[in-house]
Amino acid sequence: MSIFVNKDTKVLVQGITGNEGSFHTRGCLEYGTNIVAGVTPGKGGQKMNDVPVFNTVKQAVEKTGATASLIFVPPPFGADAIMEAADAGVELIVAITEGIPILDMVKVKHFLATKNCRLIGPNCPGIITPDECKIGIMPGKIHKKGNIGVISRSGTLTYEVVDQLTKLGMGQSTCIGIGGDPVNGTNFIDVLDAFEKDDETHGIVMVGEIGGSAEEEAAIYIKENLTKPVVGFIAGLTAPAGRRMGHAGAIISGSSGTGAAKITAFKDNGIYVCENLGLIGQVCKDVF
Amino acid sequence: MKIHEYQAKELFKAYNVPVPDGNVAFSLDEAKKAATDLGGFPVVVKAQIHAGGRGKGGGVKLAASMEEVDTWAGEILGMTLVTHQTGPEGRLVKKLLIEAGQKIKKELYLSLLVDRGTASIVIMASRDGGMDIEKVAANTPERIIKVHVDPLMGIQGYQLRQVGFSLELPSSAMKPFSALVSNLYRFFIANDCSMVEINPLILTSDDKVLALDAKVDFDSNALYRHKDLMALRDLDEENALEVEASKYNLNYINLDGNVGNIVNGAGLAMATMDIIKNAGATPANFMDVGGGANSEQVENAFRIILADDKVKAVLINIFGGILRCDNFARGVVAAAKKTGINIPVVVRMEGTNVDKGKQILEDAKLNLTTAHDLFDAAQKIAASVN
Repeated sequence: MSIFVNKDTKVLVQGITGNEGSFHTRGCLEYGTNIVAGVTPGKGGQKMNDVPVFNTVKQAVEKTGATASLIFVPPPFGADAIMEAADAGVELIVAITEGIPILDMVKVKHFLATKNCRLIGPNCPGIITPDECKIGIMPGKIHKKGNIGVISRSGTLTYEVVDQLTKLGMGQSTCIGIGGDPVNGTNFIDVLDAFEKDDETHGIVMVGEIGGSAEEEAAIYIKENLTKPVVGFIAGLTAPAGRRMGHAGAIISGSSGTGAAKITAFKDNGIYVCENLGLIGQVCKDVF
Repeated sequence: MKIHEYQAKELFKAYNVPVPDGNVAFSLDEAKKAATDLGGFPVVVKAQIHAGGRGKGGGVKLAASMEEVDTWAGEILGMTLVTHQTGPEGRLVKKLLIEAGQKIKKELYLSLLVDRGTASIVIMASRDGGMDIEKVAANTPERIIKVHVDPLMGIQGYQLRQVGFSLELPSSAMKPFSALVSNLYRFFIANDCSMVEINPLILTSDDKVLALDAKVDFDSNALYRHKDLMALRDLDEENALEVEASKYNLNYINLDGNVGNIVNGAGLAMATMDIIKNAGATPANFMDVGGGANSEQVENAFRIILADDKVKAVLINIFGGILRCDNFARGVVAAAKKTGINIPVVVRMEGTNVDKGKQILEDAKLNLTTAHDLFDAAQKIAASVN
């Protein structure tokens, strides 16, 4: 088992003929992901690495039965692409696109509430179930099949964590980057709940960062609902207030969103806290 | 992207959000002319910088006569204004807003911002205007009202009444207040704001509502569809190295410490700053070259870090995913050849094409120290500056 995706997941790629889209589609294909279709408006009928390209998501879903979508379209069209996928009945939407305006995402969130689908991202590395399915831009080979669930707001920081886990012999059930934007689809709690219910996941690593209060809310949820051990890490303890640290969502506003408050929330709710990224693999080894 | 108070008020006017009469002045003569144009006293002389706390720092003064305008404007123009938001180095004041003084009956607080949790626009208001709203929220949270607006529905009449009545406004002020909030919401949406704050919003002695201050922050990700707003950016208010970095799409923030660092990815960059601190040193910056940086960007990143006089050592931490380590190494070599490296540099690379990357750095025979993992890198960089 794993969560959200496995070897049978049929994936379509929105923006498949663009630079990033084609590059990462090849990466996913090499990893073994079952990519069945691509969508680029106006390029329907073409092929990209033997993957048929359609003009609309609706056509792609009808012809191929795709249930998941991977989105690479540029930010001005990101919200539209997510809504198109949701409207076509895609169940899992993974939006890699960075820089979608926040008011666009606010509307998307309310639109998605009326649809039966899950959005991961935007501004995220995607999701991977090692040896089965990679829907995203992460380097596949640092992953190893196993029993640790990884959830993170970041990209390369997640790779660092996964790499340390793998090198110490701890494989992963599924790894998910939920993205660095202030308004996103899937949150920590959704994923924690899924990991709790997944038999193959024995322990969870949660990687948060400054900004917002998602980590604090997740910490309370963990105490009340989870039986599996959780190791937590927060990036940005030294970040100054009022400055956006790269991610649109990583900003301390006034007294909210500080790293110290998140660490306290972790400790108060029974989460094993790692305060030094260089040692996170070792901390996991000790805990799991 | 932040803008000045005078710019925000110009925009407010276009959306029928009432503000006091006033004009911007870039010199003493312009300040006096602006005061003359207002046709009466008192007038308020306000320093225009992108930071709050200007009044406490001595950047806002009331002038009862032209002589006082002359005195205050002369004093504030060209001063280095230090507030709790500018940091100890302060900000040079280059422009003033000269505004008609008001008879204030009541000071209120009003702001609009995007609420992450509910993915909606939240209207925040309080009777306790003119104070630090963080303190009001901490000490008397019941005196702050929050109303969430569904972005697909827009603001509704009952929501305006909820806000208005909670502020205990006189009935004659209810209509203009509702119009103000409704217009402000329209402004917020039309211009992709991430935050609009009026503190204080005042009720005058003749029961008019006016935005006495105006703070506006736009969503940088949405500026591509607001070319007119981009013209309002004031580069004087930004750190010169940060402006330079933004030209190459580098996420760079200048900080106080002495360990420069270059990292790919925002989360890893923050964690790298933390690990520098953990090892007993302090980061001089945040620098995220992005997931897919090319060697030209890396070269510029390196040049910008080295241009910062505070920097005594540099830690390079790269986890190659999309960004390949060999491309990264080529950027470092190019930058090192152009600018020269006279300070210790510790490199830690992992991921895609790491062996090729290490080979390129080795062949270039640069004066670099390599680290085998992140922990090791932090120890080595701290040892080099301590």
